[in-house]
Amino acid sequence: MKAMNKKVYILSFVAVILGLIAGAFFMLVTNNNPLDGYYYLFRGGLMNIERFGNTLATATTLVFTGLSVAFAFRTGLFNIGASGQMLMGGLWATAIALTFQWPKPILLTVIIIGAALSGGLWGGISGWLKGRFNVNEVVSTIMLNWTAYWTIYYVIPKYFKGAFLETESRRIPQEASLRVEWLSSLFNGSYINLGFFLAIIVTIIIAFILNKTTLGYELKAVGFNRLAAEAAGINVQRNIMLSMMISGALAGLGGAVFYVGYASNMQIGVLPAQGFDGIAVSLLGANSPFGVFVAALFFGLLHSGKGFMSAMTSIPPEIADTIIATIIYFAATSILIEKLWDRFRRKGGRE
Amino acid sequence: MEYIVEMLNIRKEFPGVVACDDITLQLKKGEIHALLGENGAGKSTLMNILFGLYQPDRGKILVRGQEINISNPNIANDLGIGMVHQHFKLVHNFTVTENIILGYETTKGLVVDIKTASEKIRLLSEQYGLNVDPEAIISNVSVGMQQRVEILKMLYRDAEVLIFDEPTAVLTPQEIEELMKIMKNLIQEGKSIILITHKLKEIKAIADRCTVIRRGQLIGTVNVKDTSQEKMAEMMVGRKVSFRVAKERKEPGSLVLNIKNISVKNPIGVLALKNFSLEVRCGEIVGVAGVDGNGQAELVKALIGLVKVETGDIELKGKSLLNDSIRNRIDQGVAYIPEDRHAYGLILDYNLEENLVLKLYYQEPYSKKGILQKDIISEHGQRVIEHFDIRAGEGSTTIARALSGGNQQKVILGREIDRNPDLLIAVQPTRGLDVGAIEYIHKRLIEQRDKGKAVLLISLELDEILNLSDRIAVINNGELVGLVDGEMANENEIGLMMAGIKRGESDE
Repeated sequence: MKAMNKKVYILSFVAVILGLIAGAFFMLVTNNNPLDGYYYLFRGGLMNIERFGNTLATATTLVFTGLSVAFAFRTGLFNIGASGQMLMGGLWATAIALTFQWPKPILLTVIIIGAALSGGLWGGISGWLKGRFNVNEVVSTIMLNWTAYWTIYYVIPKYFKGAFLETESRRIPQEASLRVEWLSSLFNGSYINLGFFLAIIVTIIIAFILNKTTLGYELKAVGFNRLAAEAAGINVQRNIMLSMMISGALAGLGGAVFYVGYASNMQIGVLPAQGFDGIAVSLLGANSPFGVFVAALFFGLLHSGKGFMSAMTSIPPEIADTIIATIIYFAATSILIEKLWDRFRRKGGRE
Repeated sequence: MEYIVEMLNIRKEFPGVVACDDITLQLKKGEIHALLGENGAGKSTLMNILFGLYQPDRGKILVRGQEINISNPNIANDLGIGMVHQHFKLVHNFTVTENIILGYETTKGLVVDIKTASEKIRLLSEQYGLNVDPEAIISNVSVGMQQRVEILKMLYRDAEVLIFDEPTAVLTPQEIEELMKIMKNLIQEGKSIILITHKLKEIKAIADRCTVIRRGQLIGTVNVKDTSQEKMAEMMVGRKVSFRVAKERKEPGSLVLNIKNISVKNPIGVLALKNFSLEVRCGEIVGVAGVDGNGQAELVKALIGLVKVETGDIELKGKSLLNDSIRNRIDQGVAYIPEDRHAYGLILDYNLEENLVLKLYYQEPYSKKGILQKDIISEHGQRVIEHFDIRAGEGSTTIARALSGGNQQKVILGREIDRNPDLLIAVQPTRGLDVGAIEYIHKRLIEQRDKGKAVLLISLELDEILNLSDRIAVINNGELVGLVDGEMANENEIGLMMAGIKRGESDE
């Protein structure tokens, strides 16, 4: 098991390297110096404490959506609806933040727990449909993405309309934001917020659930082999629903940290890309909680550094997206890399 | 003597294991050459080398006297070597013709020339007595027919040498006979056959010569005519093997399982088990004999709790089980060795200790308040592995997938028997296993019986049923045809009953 995990991480690492090489190739093709490009890309995410804070803040949401997708994967489910679940968690968070003027600790607790429940409910619908009627979760989560999208489209302008624009909510007041004074000033005014610590805690909790509890044992058993799990007396329907609920709750938390932490209001007409990026993060992190955490940090770095790169060079920011896309591509085709790797080793062994 | 294929002194190493060590196999033109060996002996590796899937580390391959480097399956194809895989590689919603020409299509302009292909297949089918309808859809034809389509696929590609990988594993007795006829036809038409198997009876019935390998080593090549089954078994296993299981006559004890007039529907909603009744007592093995698909699957599912029982009742030790969940039944002492160990028996990606607690993990001391107790689980795993002689490279942390079939079955057996169940339901417990493992499993089943437990054995292997059972229930078309005393039973009588012909009054 250990050896297998190690191999998976090596493959992820190879995917990253190949992605970066491909990126360098694109930079060369567009007549830019790749060394400069990467220098500014990484510098943009790391050069000072503020930018480093922004990298962490960008990564925070991805940790949650990555965990969300990974958790469902481990139970053999493909949750492609992290975006919708994020929106529902974010809607709860925004609604509470804009409605109540409670002391901050209480307010934040209600926001976070409620966001997890909303996302969990949203994911749970797909889980219930799958367990009860065998409705493919890929289809139902995609549909629920749009249900969430249009719900936001209606609710935000109707009840939480912004001061100037129809298309966004009012600003989240400082008292309800996950951003806190001491943390922002520690990072020289960066976007970093309490969500980052929540991400660390939740990563540990999820790792614990998956590896140490009977619940994790059951969920993984269902994911690996539904039939054998059922024959052994494991309630498959319940586990599928539970898995989707937890997966949704994680995405819901992602919504909370994004909309009342990273952003300062909720906009309509946007299906957050972080939900889909979560699939990539999960893939690159080999579906393991700590792998997801590291992968999210890496993606956060690329996302937050790309602006600086395009400001300092003539490399378009799309190159950074291309690199991310290429890494996803290599991570997804890691089986291919694995085969080449094995062949390479075999050839080497024969000499 | 002219050899069509010669594999000389083949050696193949994988990291940590020598799969084949200095193995020589020579196939004469026009013979059926059996390749006999236990699971994991190196048969598949050897054949995969011949088929170009692996490269040998040492040794050479001669085809029609010429040394040849078979670096990929296409070369093997061009040389006229074809393989009929154990698990068929067919597209289920394609017709027979479409499957056969797949990857080898003849075209007329831009259009696939199905008609000509179809005609060629019809001729081939006639020539070899295969009786295949080129227009039939694969999903509508029987398993035996699908195998013949696989054979036709090879013939269509002008294969001269056909490798059959465990061809009878999926067939009914009648289909096996058909297959043997087909193989003889193939030989008469000048083909040569390598038959991979561990069923001695079949080798005896059809093969000319037999090469035996054990743990990657060549034990020898013998003329089947001059060799007994016992001798070949001994060569394969490395020690004497008894086919007949020793067991004493015993009086069965109190009633454990009482199946009362149950009717069960199959997945399509048709009654597949009708008014079925059966009793199993302490200290007896009751065998259920029948041709595949006559309600055995539904019977097992009903007992385990995977399907609803329409009418009737199932009692365990006098208490109805019908309203109990699968887990409740397990907790009350129902153990289950499934027919398909990969689908229903094991979580292949879990390691052995995790698999061994699959029906225990929720209980103390294996978990406390929802937290798994890894040390205890690991200890338990090591104990069962030792007790049931499970051979695994990395002990209790070996992934189940990495084990040989026999050892995987021992894991299941260990998990089920170690819980000391009152009722053991064993479905095809030795399917696909080699002689050594079969002997072991049979011994353990008898041991359960001798300990005073009830065993329900459901098997398609009539020999197994006859060998082990104290009483034999014969099932046909979802109905109980009759019960026969195990001591008195003979193959003919049971065979007739399996076909649905009832015995008069001699019932009971």
